[in-house]
Amino acid sequence: MIESTLPIGVPLLLLGGAIVTVGAGLVRRSAAWPITLVVLVLSALVSVRQLLVVLAEGPLTHRLGGWPPPIGIEFAVDGLSAFVTSVVVVIALLVLLYARDAVRRETPEEEVPFFALLQVLLLGLTGMVLTGDLFNLYVFFEISSLAGYALVGLGSREAPVSAFRYLLLGSLGASFYLMGVGYLYVLTGSLNMADVASILPGLIGNPTLTIAMTMMVAGLSLKMALFPLHGWLPDAYTYASSTATAVIAPIMTKVSAYVLIRVLFFVCDPALRATIPVGSTVAWLAATGIVVGSVMAIAQSDVKRMLAYSSVAQVAYIGVGIGLGTPFALIGATLHILSHATMKSCLFLVTGSVQLQTGRRSLHSYEGLGRVMPWTFAGFTLAALAMIGIPPTAGFFSKWYLVLGGINAGEWPIVLIVVASSLLTAGYFFRLMEKIYANPSPSLKANDPGMLARISIMALGAGVLVLGVANFWFVGEVLQPALPATLRLTGM
Amino acid sequence: MEAATESIRPFLAIIVSMLAIPLIVASGEKRPNLREAWTLIAATIKAGLVFSMLPAVLAGETFTCRLLEISPGVALELEADPLGMIFAIVASTLWLLTSFYSIGYVRGAGEHKQTRYFASFALCLSATIGISFAANLLTFFVFFETLTLATYPLVLHKETEEAKAGARKYLCYTLPAGLALLTAIAITWGLAGTMDFRAGGILNGSMATTGQLRILFVLFILGVGVKAGLMPIHSWLPAAMVAPTPVSALLHAVAVVKAGVFGVLRVTGFVFGPELLGDLGTGTALAWIAGITLTMASLLAMKQDNLKRRLAYSTVGHLSYIVLGAALINAWSWTGATLHLMFHATMKITLFFCAGAIYVRTHKVNISDMVGIGRQMPFTMTAFAIGSLGLAGIPGINGFVSKWGLASGAVAAEQPIFLGLLVLSGILNAAYFFPIVHQAFFKQNDAFPRLGEASPLMVAPLCVTAALSLLLGVAPNIGIHAWELANLTARAVTGGAI
Repeated sequence: MIESTLPIGVPLLLLGGAIVTVGAGLVRRSAAWPITLVVLVLSALVSVRQLLVVLAEGPLTHRLGGWPPPIGIEFAVDGLSAFVTSVVVVIALLVLLYARDAVRRETPEEEVPFFALLQVLLLGLTGMVLTGDLFNLYVFFEISSLAGYALVGLGSREAPVSAFRYLLLGSLGASFYLMGVGYLYVLTGSLNMADVASILPGLIGNPTLTIAMTMMVAGLSLKMALFPLHGWLPDAYTYASSTATAVIAPIMTKVSAYVLIRVLFFVCDPALRATIPVGSTVAWLAATGIVVGSVMAIAQSDVKRMLAYSSVAQVAYIGVGIGLGTPFALIGATLHILSHATMKSCLFLVTGSVQLQTGRRSLHSYEGLGRVMPWTFAGFTLAALAMIGIPPTAGFFSKWYLVLGGINAGEWPIVLIVVASSLLTAGYFFRLMEKIYANPSPSLKANDPGMLARISIMALGAGVLVLGVANFWFVGEVLQPALPATLRLTGM
Repeated sequence: MEAATESIRPFLAIIVSMLAIPLIVASGEKRPNLREAWTLIAATIKAGLVFSMLPAVLAGETFTCRLLEISPGVALELEADPLGMIFAIVASTLWLLTSFYSIGYVRGAGEHKQTRYFASFALCLSATIGISFAANLLTFFVFFETLTLATYPLVLHKETEEAKAGARKYLCYTLPAGLALLTAIAITWGLAGTMDFRAGGILNGSMATTGQLRILFVLFILGVGVKAGLMPIHSWLPAAMVAPTPVSALLHAVAVVKAGVFGVLRVTGFVFGPELLGDLGTGTALAWIAGITLTMASLLAMKQDNLKRRLAYSTVGHLSYIVLGAALINAWSWTGATLHLMFHATMKITLFFCAGAIYVRTHKVNISDMVGIGRQMPFTMTAFAIGSLGLAGIPGINGFVSKWGLASGAVAAEQPIFLGLLVLSGILNAAYFFPIVHQAFFKQNDAFPRLGEASPLMVAPLCVTAALSLLLGVAPNIGIHAWELANLTARAVTGGAI
């Protein structure tokens, strides 16, 4: 562990940014976006730099206020947390490019709070990823959630209701997590992750430990929208403003997935995991979630809602990987964090652009839009193909590793579900693409969105392809070193 | 034994048509001549690159190209071996011809969205060459799925309800097939620890139980068999005939369906190998499926009045000739199968070109309306006659040569029943093709519109392919040394020689 100030860099930048945004926003409303942009660019640079340093030199640590753990709060960055931080910040930055015009048109009154809240949300999310302390994680968990509720609430007329529902369920999830941490604290007397990890092996077989772990997993599953705890998600995503959805959907559930990985595979050791049947439960629930989410997506007539249900299914892929817990499955899960974040943000940006440019949002009304908004739908097509899992896009390779992981674990029914679910995904995306491309264009005075939004959509669409072709670079250079030694592929 | 040379040429042959896509799109509907120029340039370069590798491959060399790794220990890797060369030569040569023909066709028929059409076509060809040169299963799969996707807009092209239904059906068959193939590949990797295609196979009986290996074989055949038009999973093919005729010609007579049978050849010869297929008994099972398909398809072809549909069923039948050769897997049958992969392509594309020329000129699609057409379109119908004679297996046209190989393969495998089925199929082919030729030339029909031939852009390619069929029938080893290539791969796979 190398002492460094890098781990607190991103959260501090975002905290400062949020405060400055509010202050400057009082004077001049239009200052909010440029300030946020600068902050996010800097955060992206810091997070990427942090990733490179961690890859080259090993994990970093920072003791807040100089207090040594386990008493003080420690920020600990290893390959995995550096990776997830970069994903969060970079995706948010790309969505921000789109956000300038969109926020101004969708929620003109709330421009300043929106961008300030966005930074608070990211502060919470990156804090969750970077902290090495279980209780501190809860604090960031709540920060991100509160900002998330507010952002979701800023949408259409139905948004406050769905935000309230999200708040109730989210608080429930957070409480579960907190109770789990409480039990752990009672058992181990420590909240520091590394410290707890070193104490837990002596407690194998302790029933309290099982309860603690189960509660934490349940709480995190709820935030991750893992079936059957996904009820809050569809409404929240559907009614939120397009920018809020495009930020929250791709990264918020992923960070919860990251915490689940952190708790199950870093805090718990393999012998301990073997005594707690969480893995197979998560795998099976997630596999069910894939089917349910996909079937529900097929049943939707609103494109945004369809994508929301598709998120339930896609997050469940990550759940399957975590549940299986074999080296390949974990590669699949972590890679899918990146691939799904990329493709889902692209898709939500497209639905947002369509709504802003044409006011349309139902499946039927997308007919012939391929000609009207060619660039937008080029990005959409790439992302949709990745969602289905067509090679060589990023979505294909995360599923490929999941399939390999399932075969290794001998879980044939899960392999079958992961493979066959592509057909369900293909069902709802090809139905939409047929409408988009194989129909005469409507007589509409609409166009692709502005340059910034177009750049972000195209960058994400191209990213899906590049990530797919270069997936092994990520797997070999970033994801493999980031996983615990016992969970790496042999020979790498 | 074989010398492998590192070379970027297989990669260039794939990428050249992909690079043409942005140029095609940028030229757009406003500058059609420039746009078509890109297609022709890419097609010429592609064919040139493929042919430039031929002499060395004939001399026993192969060209390999290892691109970046895409999965642990598995790279996007290309290898131009004799079997790959056979498919690549067919696809690249016929793409060049089809490009000329396409230009004549889409302009003659006034098709819409021609830019999308030519761009998709170029992507299809990249994928097809990728399939031929893929050195391992995962690379093969990447291009195989790309081909599925790139063909979808072409089937959908007309955007009528019928086209949409055909395109949907196409996806409903090919996407699940892709998933079966994916699963099979993942399992194979677990068993064999490699995904490389190796002549003679990478699996052996000690890796899993007989039952498991049989299931694996079934998964593979489901995966590649859909595109190969094996019954009962063939019915997307006639439905896909709703596409414009050049698409049917190149893709549904050459690229897509041949990618399917090429997949069967790779699976039987390079993943399972003759020995294991014999031990499992799956070779014989597959041969039976092929035998039944080729008979049934001919019977169904007879019932079709729509010319393109008749050709589609005929294609289903002839694909199974190749599958039969792959399943019997001895030196003769393999030679026959690989030759038929090439030769069926020249004959069938001639027939499709003719059907398209007739449609563009006269707007007739039904055979019963084509009485007396021979007088109006003598070149087209003569080419048609050559193609159909060849498919029926008349000596002097290349179809006879490959069929002779397959028949000898059935004898060598001591399965005379398949010899019988091949003979029967020849008769049935004659029965459904000859009446078309007969009524075209020997029945008077003064009511037939006097329109003459279609544009030379269409007639010239179909005369060339018909002439090729004749030439290869008389001298099968001329030019590209087809006979020698087929022998090379047969020797590598089966260890035997003719």
